[in-house]
Amino acid sequence: MNGELTTIAIILGIIHQGIRLATPYLFAALGETFSQRSGVLNLGVEGIMLMGAFFSFYVASETGNLWLALLAAIIIGVLMGLFMAVVSITFQAEQGISGIGLYLFGLGMSSLLFKTMIGSVTGITGFSELQFCVTDSFCLADIPVLGEIFFSHSILTYGAFLLVPISVWLLKRTTWGLKVRSVGQNPEAADSVGVSVNRARYAAVILGSALAGIAGASLSISLLNVFQENMINGIGFIAVALVYFGGWSPVGVMFGALLFSTISALQLWGQVLGLNISSNISVMLPYILTIVALAIPFRRAAQPAALTKPFSRGEN
Amino acid sequence: MKKKWLLGILILVLGLLLVACGGDTASDEEPAAEADTPAAETTEDEAVADSAESETMDDETMDDEAMMDGDYPDIEPVRIALVMPSTTTDLAWSQSMYDSLKQLQDHYGADNFEIAFTENMFNVTDAAAAIRDYAESGYNLVIAHGAQYGTSLFEIAPDFPETSFAWGTTTNTGEEEGVTNVFAYEPRAEQGGYVQGVLAAHMTEAGIIGLVGPVDAGDAKLHVDGFTAGVRDTDPDIQMNISFTGSFGDTALAAEAANTHLQAGADVLTGSSQQVVGAIGVANEAKVPWLGIQADQSPAGEDVVVSTILYDWVPTLLEMITSNQAGEYGGRVLQLTLANHGQVFLYDEDLPADAVEAALAAEQGIIDGTIEIVADPRN
Repeated sequence: MNGELTTIAIILGIIHQGIRLATPYLFAALGETFSQRSGVLNLGVEGIMLMGAFFSFYVASETGNLWLALLAAIIIGVLMGLFMAVVSITFQAEQGISGIGLYLFGLGMSSLLFKTMIGSVTGITGFSELQFCVTDSFCLADIPVLGEIFFSHSILTYGAFLLVPISVWLLKRTTWGLKVRSVGQNPEAADSVGVSVNRARYAAVILGSALAGIAGASLSISLLNVFQENMINGIGFIAVALVYFGGWSPVGVMFGALLFSTISALQLWGQVLGLNISSNISVMLPYILTIVALAIPFRRAAQPAALTKPFSRGEN
Repeated sequence: MKKKWLLGILILVLGLLLVACGGDTASDEEPAAEADTPAAETTEDEAVADSAESETMDDETMDDEAMMDGDYPDIEPVRIALVMPSTTTDLAWSQSMYDSLKQLQDHYGADNFEIAFTENMFNVTDAAAAIRDYAESGYNLVIAHGAQYGTSLFEIAPDFPETSFAWGTTTNTGEEEGVTNVFAYEPRAEQGGYVQGVLAAHMTEAGIIGLVGPVDAGDAKLHVDGFTAGVRDTDPDIQMNISFTGSFGDTALAAEAANTHLQAGADVLTGSSQQVVGAIGVANEAKVPWLGIQADQSPAGEDVVVSTILYDWVPTLLEMITSNQAGEYGGRVLQLTLANHGQVFLYDEDLPADAVEAALAAEQGIIDGTIEIVADPRN
């Protein structure tokens, strides 16, 4: 079976696909990391992704300008993040419920807009895979092994991975990051030394939501180049789980996303190669692994102490 | 604290309302589905209209139902409700049913043929509530368009003895439970799948075909079984690579599955369920032909969707409506077959002539009964 496929080609294929498939998870989970580090659990990621996917697709199909499309995803992400922040920070609504509400809003709104503004599923030309051509005849993507794995992805995939060190730097090395972490850990203490708890949380939630918007766009104008109702299909919720998985650290989140996507790719190859595993079992693999990893107790130590707890001065 | 919960719940309700709105608004504003055109391509020759025969047709042989003008029987005004797991624009299972309803509505007029629908009812409990609501509001026929709705239907149906209910893919009308007003419907997806398998086997040059499936059950399983048998009967040396995503809506994973098939050397791709728009996107980029099923998927990839098995529910729907108006509210199994034009083939004109010829011969063979579809067991 598949005699011409060498083992190395299969392994390369799995790694390449794992990296590509990690893109939307990474954007969304890194965004959620900011939000949760500041103490706000945003379960609306899925809804924001849907809206980001829709608006970027719509702008791309109307104007053909992919950067404008990406900007549209960011803007809608910021707006929905602002809404989530007003509700959960200023009005101190229960975060789990308002997050689910935001998700349902995004699901319904993106479906409604899709039906009225586009009507039927069509394809567009999205961000293509870069080839990094040095000269006309030589491209980095042509390098055996390394080229195939690292040099033939869409620009958004590079953006997602570049965001990992940027997130680490933002959280660990900037004053802003220190504020975000402190309001998530001990808002009273932060407040007592003059940090505006709500302002730091607003910023983190809005940044996280903007990234969720980009995560949606990475599907509709880069990986799939199509918009369909409810197309995110749970990626946003898995991204929330990946934040727990990664112990609230950007690098941990990246490994979580890579592990999840690589196992997804692995199970697809397992089926194509005709390994004697039932498809029902192989499609479960990534989820089982996530649950197992979530159950490992030491990771919980890193949970922000004030996660899901609204802050009001003097009341608590 | 109470205030916070209230606010949260308020937003949740707002969100839910909006989700519900998605369906309602669209029902009014949806542009008319293109009627008639899909059925025309392959069935014109065989469509010998004969109204006397169509009145006496039984379950298995709903003959001569290619819906040309004049084929539509006279019906009383009817109200039909549709509860579906996906959406009216899914380019697959749900859309195929909705398009057929719209086609009938275009013919009979909105006053005589009322359609209501609820989308995204993958959750069975929600669907059951919607089904009951529709029955209570006096709809004549309530269609629960999914194999997961059966149990709920058998609980609800006895409370509304003069309402017809329908569900599928299944052959179970609830007769054993004493239910008399439920129709069961079943597209014989292995028939269309077989013909497409023959077509694909004639198209592939690499000798490898990739299939992106949702789950290995129901309609999708029948399709895969038939397709694989069609390929095998044409050329047993052709490699069939099959992968299931474990979901109907995982567009991203379906795209990755298509990528996997391409890397494994496939040069013809196919698959079923709404998530395949992701896979069609990949086929589009790689300029690899795609064979579609259920609804016409060419909008998602005009140049690569070269053939479609269109589910035409019009004959089945008319059968249920006329039965209902004759006082027979259920109890029968209706099948969508090649013979009764419940499945209609669309072939792109750029397809190689010998491949189309072989496919047409396979269609005829299945209709005549000279081809028997024998599925190989899979893991």
